[in-house]
Amino acid sequence: MENKTFYNELLIEHNQHPLHKHKLDDANLVLEGVNPSCGDDIILQLKVEDDTVVDGAFEGSGCAISQASCDIMLDMIIGMHKDDALHAADTFLRMIKGEATEEEIDSLEEASVLADISHMPSRVKCAVLGWHTMSEMLEGKKSE
Amino acid sequence: MKNFKADFPIFSQTDAVYLDNAATAQRPQQVLDAAEAFYQRHNANPLRGLYALGMEATEDYEAARARVASFINAPSANNIIFTRNATESINLVAYSYALNNLCADDDILVTIDAHHSNILPWQMVSRQTGAKLVYLEIQPDGSYAPEAVDAAISPRTKLAALTQISNVTGRLHDVAAIARRVHAVGGVVLVDAAQSAPHMPVDVQALDCDFLAFSGHKLLSPMGIGALYGKANLLEAMPPFLTGGEMIDSVSKFDAVYAPVPHKFEAGTVNGGGAVALHAAIDYLEGIDWETITSREDALTEECLAGMKAIPHVHILGAEDAADHHGILSFTIDDVHPHDVASILDADGICVRAGHHCALPLLTSLGIPSTARASLAFYNDEEDITRFLASLKTIRGKMGYGE
Repeated sequence: MENKTFYNELLIEHNQHPLHKHKLDDANLVLEGVNPSCGDDIILQLKVEDDTVVDGAFEGSGCAISQASCDIMLDMIIGMHKDDALHAADTFLRMIKGEATEEEIDSLEEASVLADISHMPSRVKCAVLGWHTMSEMLEGKKSE
Repeated sequence: MKNFKADFPIFSQTDAVYLDNAATAQRPQQVLDAAEAFYQRHNANPLRGLYALGMEATEDYEAARARVASFINAPSANNIIFTRNATESINLVAYSYALNNLCADDDILVTIDAHHSNILPWQMVSRQTGAKLVYLEIQPDGSYAPEAVDAAISPRTKLAALTQISNVTGRLHDVAAIARRVHAVGGVVLVDAAQSAPHMPVDVQALDCDFLAFSGHKLLSPMGIGALYGKANLLEAMPPFLTGGEMIDSVSKFDAVYAPVPHKFEAGTVNGGGAVALHAAIDYLEGIDWETITSREDALTEECLAGMKAIPHVHILGAEDAADHHGILSFTIDDVHPHDVASILDADGICVRAGHHCALPLLTSLGIPSTARASLAFYNDEEDITRFLASLKTIRGKMGYGE
């Protein structure tokens, strides 16, 4: 049966075999992100030194979109300067709202596969959970 | 077998397989026509207008009340209060009856398989009066163990908030038997019939419940109309829930004399079109006859459940037997989150609910964060089941898992 979903190979691979889903013992920023309506729950852990994200991981449970999106995000931002990571988050959130240019979407590399979520309003919250949580942490609003 | 879908205009607009009937039903043309006819031909503010049109609107509205009374075998139309939905009906009882009659020495019996609308109002009453919530737990098949019922009811039980059919397991409970036990210790009984009234005959006198709530929108009617049944002596002693227009006999600067039941409980302009449409929905449903509806829904449920059981890694909540599900099949698939299940089914044009179904205490006690749920109505057909099962079979494969 033909099924036009956004569950492509990349998303499924990140959901089934996430590289960054584990505990990060030497994290210095930890924040839990929750979507109460659907039960997506991630605990994002970052190690930030000299304004650079030197390492990151997440734990938790949720749908494939929330889990894969968070893993893809960590792939991208580990090694990035904090400002670049925040810029990527801003671009990602605008992509999901359908406001990003083609060039900006390309700059998101693997994360660009989630662009089609903008057509699925009920799943937007799943896709943005990790990115919102990361923004809050790096902006220092709620970091522990 | 009659093609009931032909009566429902939405099915000529979409070829979607609609399996979310426990959330809200679809509406037949007869119901939509009734609402339109009210506003096109008889519209005025019911209960107020002293002119001919106003009296027609009042007659239509009150005829709907009488029809609801006969639908659930209430002794009189005055036992019926129109509300927005079952949630508002239950809140009316919580605010107007329970807050004024319960105290810290009392227990409120609530059931673990209740919808949040039949839990949260009682949490509010508990916080304000000090009455204690006592939960009646379920067994894995969705039923209550007799010893659990024994343990939950005591001389302290002042109010029991029961659920006739669970919106998660589909289990039908013998609320009449529990009501007898609660009455024997002096308590009153409220029955949430939101999931039962659309699928089986409900008789408030046979149940001997004190209050019963249901929603119109699950019963082929527009959203925003529901009903509360209450025994006359209780309703008469209760203060109004909301106050305002057309629920009074007289008003002075500092006092008011309220109208008799049921209008005492219907402050402000009422949902005339909704009430008239609910009248038409009951006529439509009973025009088919219950035997046809229940046998068709049971047969579809049996076919669907058997097909789901044959798919590896699919797990169904509650009873083994389709007859105990009343069209409600909540399920999980190993390794796949219910929201992903719903999205993949949606891509094949199939509408199911996924989440906690407003029953978090139940899912928490079962240790399941969320489920998907297919729920059937008599206007579903074999092709709907076939398409649902065909799509369901593909889900694990699409998510990268083996059969």
